[in-house]
Amino acid sequence: MIQTDQLTYWKNNTSDTVYVLNFWATWCGPCVAELPEFEKLNENYKDKNVQVVLISTDFKRNLENEVKSFVEEKKLKSRVVFLNEPRANDYINLVNPDWSGAIPATLIIANNKGYQRFFEKKLSYEELEAAVKAAL
Amino acid sequence: MIHFLASIAMTAAVALGGPGHGYHVGDKAEDFKLKNVDGKMVSLSEIPKAKGYIVVFTCNTCPYAIAYEQRIIDLHNKYASKGYSVVAINPNDKEVKPDDSYENMQKLAKSKNYPFVYLYDETQEVAQRFGATRTPHVYLLDADKTVRYIGAIDDNSEDADAVKDKYLENAIDALSAGKTIATTETKAIGCTIKWKKTN
Repeated sequence: MIQTDQLTYWKNNTSDTVYVLNFWATWCGPCVAELPEFEKLNENYKDKNVQVVLISTDFKRNLENEVKSFVEEKKLKSRVVFLNEPRANDYINLVNPDWSGAIPATLIIANNKGYQRFFEKKLSYEELEAAVKAAL
Repeated sequence: MIHFLASIAMTAAVALGGPGHGYHVGDKAEDFKLKNVDGKMVSLSEIPKAKGYIVVFTCNTCPYAIAYEQRIIDLHNKYASKGYSVVAINPNDKEVKPDDSYENMQKLAKSKNYPFVYLYDETQEVAQRFGATRTPHVYLLDADKTVRYIGAIDDNSEDADAVKDKYLENAIDALSAGKTIATTETKAIGCTIKWKKTN
C-alpha cells in the first residue's frame, strides 16, 4: 500500500532509476489490455535501471478479493502497489497538472535527465518503449 | 526544462483530442438537444424555472459512476426544487462499450427510478464540446449557462459516509447565495469516456 507521500517521493526522485508509474484498476478494460506491455517492458529493461510500478486505484474494499487475486491470476512480475488515498483531488495534480483523473495514465520519470513524460491513454509497446528509451 | 518537455507532451496529447479541450470555468455553454430515456428530446432551456444546471457526464457501467449513482439521485432530490436540476448525460459509444447502450440506460433509469433526465449523447458532440474526459464528470452551470464549477462531486468516490468535502454541493450553495465559489475545479479518478473509434 502506498499513499501520496510515496508519489511525491517518486515525482521528485533524482537517482539514476527511471520510474514508469502506471495508474490502473482491475475493472478498467483499457488498463488491463495494456498491462502485458508493461510486463514486457519490465522484463526487457529491469537490468537497465528501469522500475515499472503498477499502481492500483481500485476501491479499498476490493483489495483482497479483486486486486490480489487479479495479480496472482495474471502472474504479474512488475511491482504492484495499491494506492490507499481516497482523496484523489489531492494527488492527481501532483502526478501531472494536466491529468484529468481518467485511467489508464502513465508517468515516466527520469529527473536526473530532466525528463518527465505523461500519458493519459492506453499505450502500445512501441510508444511505451520509445518514451522510456528517451529517458535513458 | 522539465516544464518545457512536459508542455510539449501536453501539446501532443491535446492535438490528438485529449484533455485540455472544452469549457473552462467562466465559459458560456452552448445549449443542446439530446434524447432522454423516455424518448423525448430535452434541452437545457426547456427546464422550467432553472437557476442553474447540474450537468453530469456519467454512464451505466463505470464503477465510479455506480458508486456515485445514489449521491446523484440525492443531489437532484435536494436541489431540483431550488432550481438546480441534475442533467445526466451518457457519452459512451456502445460499439466500444455495449452495456452503455440507450436500451440499458432505459433499463437502469427505470429500475432505480431516476428522478432526473438521463440523456444519450449519441454523436458524442456534447461531451467533446464540454471537454468531458471521464465518468463521472460534473459541470455546474448558472442560469445563463455559464460554467461555474467543473470536476468531482465530492472527495471520496468509494465511501459516501467518509466524505469530508462536498465540492459540488458547496459550489451550488455558494452559487445560489450569490457568493463566490471557493473551489471551482477539482479532479477525481474515473473511467475514460469511450470515444467512437472514428472520433
